[in-house]
Amino acid sequence: MQAKKRYFILLSAGSCLALLFYFGGLQFRASRSHSRREEHSGRNGLHHPSPDHFWPRFPDALRPFVPWDQLENEDSSVHVSPRQKREANSSIYKGKKCRMESCFDFTLCKKNGFKVYVYPQQKGEKIAESYQNILAAIEGSRFYTSDPSQACLFVLSLDTLDRDQLSPQYVHNLRSKVQSLHLWNNGRNHLIFNLYSGTWPDYTEDVGFDIGQAMLAKASISTENFRPNFDVSIPLFSKDHPRTGGERGFLKFNTIPPLRKYMLVFKGKRYLTGIGSDTRNALYHVHNGEDVVLLTTCKHGKDWQKHKDSRCDRDNTEYEKYDYREMLHNATFCLVPRGRRLGSFRFLEALQAACVPVMLSNGWELPFSEVINWNQAAVIGDERLLLQIPSTIRSIHQDKILALRQQTQFLWEAYFSSVEKIVLTTLEIIQDRIFKHISRNSLIWNKHPGGLFVLPQYSSYLGDFPYYYANLGLKPPSKFTAVIHAVTPLVSQSQPVLKLLVAAAKSQYCAQIIVLWNCDKPLPAKHRWPATSVPVIVIEGESKVMSSRFLPYDNIITDAVLSLDEDTVLSTTEVDFAFTVWQSFPERIVGYPARSHFWDNSKERWGYTSKWTNDYSMVLTGAALYHKYYHYLYTHYLPASLKNMVDQLANCEDILMNFLVSAVTKLPPIKVTQKKQYKETMMGQTSRASRWADPDHFAQRQSCMNTFASWFGYMPLIHSQMRLDPVLFKDQVSILRKKYRDIERL
Amino acid sequence: MCASVKYSIRGPALIPRMKTKHRAYYITLFSIVLLGLIATGMFQFWPHSIESSGDWSVEKRSVRDVPVVRLPADSPVPERGDLSCRMHTCFDVYRCGFNPRNKIKVYIYPLKKYVGEAGVPVSSTISREYNELLTAISDSDYYTDDITRACLFVPSIDLLNQNSLRVKETAQALAQLSRWDRGTNHLLFNMLPGGPPDYNTALDVPRDRALLAGGGFSTWTYRQGYDVSIPVYSPLSAEVDLPEKGPGPRRYFLLSSQVALHPEYREDLAALQARHGEAVLVLDKCSNLSEGVPAARRRCHKQQAFEYPQVLQEATFCMVLRGARLGQAVLSDVLRAGCVPVIIADSYVLPFSEVLDWKRASVVVPEEKMLDVYSILQSIPRRQIEEMQRQKWGSVSNPLFLPLIPPQSQGFTAIVLTYDRVESLFRVITEVSKVPSLSKLLVVWNNQNKNPPEDSLWPKIRVPLKVVRTAENKLSNRFFPYDEIETEAVLAIDDDIIMLTSDELQFGYEVWREFPDRLVGYPGRLHLWDHEMNKWKYESEWTNEVSMVLTGAAFYHKYFNYLYTYKMPGDIKNWVDAHMNCEDIAMNFLVANVTGKAVIKVTPRKKFKCPECTAIDGLSLDQTHMVERSECINKFASVFGTMPLKVVEHRADPVLYKDDFPEKLKSFPNIGSL
Repeated sequence: MQAKKRYFILLSAGSCLALLFYFGGLQFRASRSHSRREEHSGRNGLHHPSPDHFWPRFPDALRPFVPWDQLENEDSSVHVSPRQKREANSSIYKGKKCRMESCFDFTLCKKNGFKVYVYPQQKGEKIAESYQNILAAIEGSRFYTSDPSQACLFVLSLDTLDRDQLSPQYVHNLRSKVQSLHLWNNGRNHLIFNLYSGTWPDYTEDVGFDIGQAMLAKASISTENFRPNFDVSIPLFSKDHPRTGGERGFLKFNTIPPLRKYMLVFKGKRYLTGIGSDTRNALYHVHNGEDVVLLTTCKHGKDWQKHKDSRCDRDNTEYEKYDYREMLHNATFCLVPRGRRLGSFRFLEALQAACVPVMLSNGWELPFSEVINWNQAAVIGDERLLLQIPSTIRSIHQDKILALRQQTQFLWEAYFSSVEKIVLTTLEIIQDRIFKHISRNSLIWNKHPGGLFVLPQYSSYLGDFPYYYANLGLKPPSKFTAVIHAVTPLVSQSQPVLKLLVAAAKSQYCAQIIVLWNCDKPLPAKHRWPATSVPVIVIEGESKVMSSRFLPYDNIITDAVLSLDEDTVLSTTEVDFAFTVWQSFPERIVGYPARSHFWDNSKERWGYTSKWTNDYSMVLTGAALYHKYYHYLYTHYLPASLKNMVDQLANCEDILMNFLVSAVTKLPPIKVTQKKQYKETMMGQTSRASRWADPDHFAQRQSCMNTFASWFGYMPLIHSQMRLDPVLFKDQVSILRKKYRDIERL
Repeated sequence: MCASVKYSIRGPALIPRMKTKHRAYYITLFSIVLLGLIATGMFQFWPHSIESSGDWSVEKRSVRDVPVVRLPADSPVPERGDLSCRMHTCFDVYRCGFNPRNKIKVYIYPLKKYVGEAGVPVSSTISREYNELLTAISDSDYYTDDITRACLFVPSIDLLNQNSLRVKETAQALAQLSRWDRGTNHLLFNMLPGGPPDYNTALDVPRDRALLAGGGFSTWTYRQGYDVSIPVYSPLSAEVDLPEKGPGPRRYFLLSSQVALHPEYREDLAALQARHGEAVLVLDKCSNLSEGVPAARRRCHKQQAFEYPQVLQEATFCMVLRGARLGQAVLSDVLRAGCVPVIIADSYVLPFSEVLDWKRASVVVPEEKMLDVYSILQSIPRRQIEEMQRQKWGSVSNPLFLPLIPPQSQGFTAIVLTYDRVESLFRVITEVSKVPSLSKLLVVWNNQNKNPPEDSLWPKIRVPLKVVRTAENKLSNRFFPYDEIETEAVLAIDDDIIMLTSDELQFGYEVWREFPDRLVGYPGRLHLWDHEMNKWKYESEWTNEVSMVLTGAAFYHKYFNYLYTYKMPGDIKNWVDAHMNCEDIAMNFLVANVTGKAVIKVTPRKKFKCPECTAIDGLSLDQTHMVERSECINKFASVFGTMPLKVVEHRADPVLYKDDFPEKLKSFPNIGSL
């Protein structure tokens, strides 16, 4: 019985889970069984039903639905081989029936992985800013290749975004231009971006040229035309949408109760001719001028006066009374009715404003619906039931609203706030289809930090990432690997690096020590390293560059990494304590040397400081713990340009790591206990010329900050005003009672 | 709702005729089919539930007695299934009731026997499985016997196996159903679609607009958001009880148990076995069957015989290869045996894929990569395999899940619970009012026998001060989500906590901003396992660890007031009010349980006179008090069914605390003075 249950658990857990999402708070009618019984007694008592009125209990021994030998006989009588079947499928299912299996050549992705080629831009071809941004995002991504023979996916440099013939951005003769591309290959493995298709009055979804077997990444795509797991539905975004970074969501805090001034708002055009006006025409029925404010205007286009109807004047007046921004910020729900096309700008606006979108756009395949579970962030209504919308949203439990609202913000910042994110999400979705067995699951896509920061190539197991311990019911790792970055030759047995090695090795949580030998001098003999109870592995850095300290070495067998500079002074107690803190915050950098950034108004740039300050935003990796995954992310997520900068300067790698981790977590690092003597302040004490003594060193770090911030498109670092000390730190109690007493003696 | 669970408690007594597990299966099946439809958003916010119902006695009639309907040869045939159908184009929502109180109602047509003009039955009347499915629906809360109230209609014509029906005549039978109307809102169930030689991946019976819950859909026949993909029921493993098997390595790494495979697959499997030897077990039919065991329950490898489905439990991964159809009953067997399915069937729409995350319970490998399957599986981390074997995903869902540091400007609301210690209360008010980020002060006057002092007597402070009078002297009153609280952050403070400095309080608020989903407080406490007594123990001594902070002085999110007041499990709230103690421990349990996170203790330990005495006079920090608090921990742990408290060894201090640095340049200089 137990084992049986498991199958049901899988199935019913799915249903329970889904229902949980639907109702958030899980309200069940307590009186359910009661009312049910009444119903029955009524049925039995009053109108004496005939037995037909419910499903009878048959005493017969019924036959099973499948005779025991049927399946076996059928399966063995199939003569078409699976290979033939596949070939047949891929020749039948073309055009509107394209799927990855039938229209995509997987073999192109086998050798070099998921590489994307962008056609060179041709002279005289005008490309609108939005499409420039898309191409720039691809070219700046880790997927980009300039070599078509390496490519798995091809993207046109012809602007296909606006296919409305009446638009000034419309590119003419696309058909012949596309056909003349010698890599076109009937669109196979091509991805075509499109925001607008069709024109007045019917706005069809035709892009106006033969796309062959190409995939569409298209806004406002309908479920009828959408080819599942082949096309990608993207959101409609304006030409002002930022290329990188992007604004944060408007939600600054969770209000409790989660209701805002308006329950439901909308402000937009009403079309007097052409399609897309049915729902908007009816909005005034629901508008109540109090908490449901749905406003339309007829005033758009040249000759609206000619077509205006009896409601126009009244609607226009009401429309002028309200400020859209004010409504957006103060509404719990935002109506997103279809416009001329299925998608409208209102969708992203609502999402950013933490105004839960109420979708009224029948048949719209929602953006990135392949991976995003929109039921967690939006209410998907039916245009036919417009009049029911107010009562429907009023019946949504407040816990559910709280969750929906937070999810809008997560989704906005993870996938929508910049053109780059929209493009990368599109590419990652396609990549997941190609490498199916290591693709991201629904949890990764729908939970912070989201699919763009969780690279499944690192591991297909969620527990190998620092973000899902709570979801899996796991405890954080119990051991760490110390990685010591050595850049100076070993000349004396009293060198700090040896002391440091011994101190780290003595920690009860230490599993092993890795010395990364990034020094030009040859490796010291084995016996020069002190004897320790944990294994010491010396890796000779091949390129001896700064970024190599963050390579995801296979030798690192633990999830936790204690990163150390060779001249760091640290005691075993400090290591122990820092590690126990890290276990509580495994997704952050936890360590000793804290630094801060600030906005320098006079120079209009970011500044870096190592002075004593009341807050910090970085913890340097000279003495810090973090999850091994960040080595992978540093190496594979960051662009070559930033890593090269670090290597050339032999500086700033620690700053870059802090940028990266804060960009992922949206949280500051954590500084542990007192430890002010470090690096810059120790200059002069060390006899040798360390890199910290270099006067340029500091200036370089300033300029690193600004370069990094410009690549990220915003400043990801966040300040913290607290540090974490042992519970009894400097308390007036016998030192013997204190577990981390050595920390106070420093 | 989690019907299977519920049913297994009540089931057997109600309908003795049907095996519990079957019913559970069908109830679950049906509920998920509905869920699939619900997932389209159509009924998003209707309350749904499934429950087996009362014990009404039912007249037993034989299927042989059902009325016979003769179909004329020229009776109308519905249009073929419309592939463009979606909820908004082919589904009539107006039938489904608008009142949120209403449920989706499902009507089942009465059972009839349909015969062609020549008197030949169009299909076998009804199969065991379809009968059980319909019984499950009729026992559910969705069922209605009133056809005019129904939203969904389920024909009693058994379509589970296309092989056992006549396609055209069955379609004619469907078309003459009283509410057919092109199949609008009709839900058909089918597990084995298609027929030789091509085996279509969806039911061939022309069905016009009817919704189809089908096994074996391919991406080309599946109408996303309209159809529902269901698993093919395996009667076989339903008959066999398999023991529970925990996660861990199994004897075989990869197993193929299907008997009728295409020779091409057989070749590939043989190649796999040749390459990887013992780790791969490929089974086939047995040539010489011994008596006693049905053929279906036996599989052989060369001369060696294995019992099926038991052998599935011996393997880590089990192959599910496409056969004539995409949907294979072996998938159900494999899942039931706790083997991780390796699904090799291109374009197959996995069962319930709209609500289930198959990536967490299975491996999907393209047919082309069949020969690489071993290395693909080898690359899966061991712990992930265990996770897949477990198939259950218990987790904490933090209601404040968004990483968000609220702006300082909002400030916090201080709530002082008081009984009648007016002098001390006034001092607390005066002290707290000095904290820069205080935005409002709320005094909860818990004394019904005495009026609060006149307005003029209260300290004059720079922020609004409100007094709330309570109806009863209950400790829970301090956690009520008063409308007056307009900030996210709440500072709960006792009326005798006068020793906290303004710097300490302001700093606590700053720390709370960084951890808005946690309890951030001053006096820390610990729970310990008492090995002698075999139970939990409360500890207030100087310890190196904390797992609780007292709410005599703590910041927390207003949301937790709602949680405490309305969602506290069991009788904890009553217990607290009855004992006049432990409300703070209860709050610690509640927050830790819902967030899975530890508390944050801020700043060094101070000499609190008696922090746990709160406002109750006469209660002192004596042995009985500690015993009672230990009792609370044990009581709450049993109510929660777990010990949610997390132990940590750190506390939060200002960055420059105790640093050798001019005090006047520190943001929070006055910290830790006794």
